Amino acid sequence: MKSWPLYEVFIRSKAGLHHKHAGSLHAADAEMAIENARDVYCRRNEGVSIWVVLSSDITASNPDNSEELFDPAEDKIYRHPTFYHVPEGVKHL
Amino acid sequence: MSVIDLEKRFQEKIDSDIRIEPRDWMPEKYRTTLIRQIGQHAHSEIVGMLPEGNWITRAPSLKRKVALLAKVQDEAGHGLYLYSAAETLGAERDEMVEELHSGKAKYSSIFNYPTLTWADMGAIGWLVDGAAIQNQIPLCHCSYGPYARAMIRICKEESFHQRQGFEIMTVLCAGTPAQKAMAQDALNRFWWPSLMMFGPPDSESTHTEQSQKWGIKRFTNDELRQRFVDMIAPQADHLGITIPDPDLKWNEERQHYDFGEIDWEEFWHVVKGHGPCNKQRIEARTKAWEEGAWVREAALAYAEKHSNTQTSKSKAV
Repeated sequence: MKSWPLYEVFIRSKAGLHHKHAGSLHAADAEMAIENARDVYCRRNEGVSIWVVLSSDITASNPDNSEELFDPAEDKIYRHPTFYHVPEGVKHL
Repeated sequence: MSVIDLEKRFQEKIDSDIRIEPRDWMPEKYRTTLIRQIGQHAHSEIVGMLPEGNWITRAPSLKRKVALLAKVQDEAGHGLYLYSAAETLGAERDEMVEELHSGKAKYSSIFNYPTLTWADMGAIGWLVDGAAIQNQIPLCHCSYGPYARAMIRICKEESFHQRQGFEIMTVLCAGTPAQKAMAQDALNRFWWPSLMMFGPPDSESTHTEQSQKWGIKRFTNDELRQRFVDMIAPQADHLGITIPDPDLKWNEERQHYDFGEIDWEEFWHVVKGHGPCNKQRIEARTKAWEEGAWVREAALAYAEKHSNTQTSKSKAV
């Protein structure tokens, strides 16, 4: 028998915050995935909103390409406020 | 990059406490060790529902009943977190379930002991969950990300399990002589199997060294067992009941409790499938799986039928 597909579950813990990955679960369809996510990941008021998405629909970056993807940001210290000199005594900067 | 270089880089990550995530390169043995361990752990949560489920309808009060229901529901959830963690390593859920039913995969031998009285619910929460927590806390720092994250959730949720068990024991021990005797009897039956939960002694533990090197295991079986005894002995004193071990005594020099020899023959006997309830437990799981097959099929058929007709979905924004 074909098994139920895997869904990834994202939970917003309270209004004002992002949805955050909570884990995954199997369900026959998206509606059931939300119901199951309520029981599996929200037994103690962990959420006010749930997103579910088929795991197979997620495109992820390849860890083998991490260097070319993320290294270019490493030497750009001028993107951070600490790179700039603030004269002594100057406020609100 | 050659396998030797990959392995070297992998070990460097572990040594500098960088977590391994699902799509990162990992040695095949690391993957299979984790699938086996996480699978066993998941199965233990699922089978662990059975001895307690036995008492839900007979809980002595509504308060005890809702607590026990919540605990058993948590165990189902914990099993699911762990199965998902194993799936990130490429394991198939249905295969894992199949391995549990065929006896190929193991689960904690403690769940092969029967729960004869209400006091057993107290003893399980206090001792079995107490031992599980000792085992699980170090796993929150395990090198494999999804396993460590599942363990953090589990440990947070489990702190109530042990307390509710100890509370049951406290109330029974402060009750009638018959109630106290019931608590003592539960301790007598669950003490030694609880000590066995930490696995064979270090001298015979085959996986410990490699698992420690890979950051899967932080402490040895005997270290965790000693911690457990040190934690429980004063709690038993508080309850006024006696741990069934004439050799148990505080060792001033070691600053630990000494305790008697564990019957490893019994442990291996139960692990190999000959404990009092092994057969019953697997039968219950297989029955639930087989009798639920039509529900799983029907839900899938319904989903397929409606996937074509459903047009208005609520968008995630």
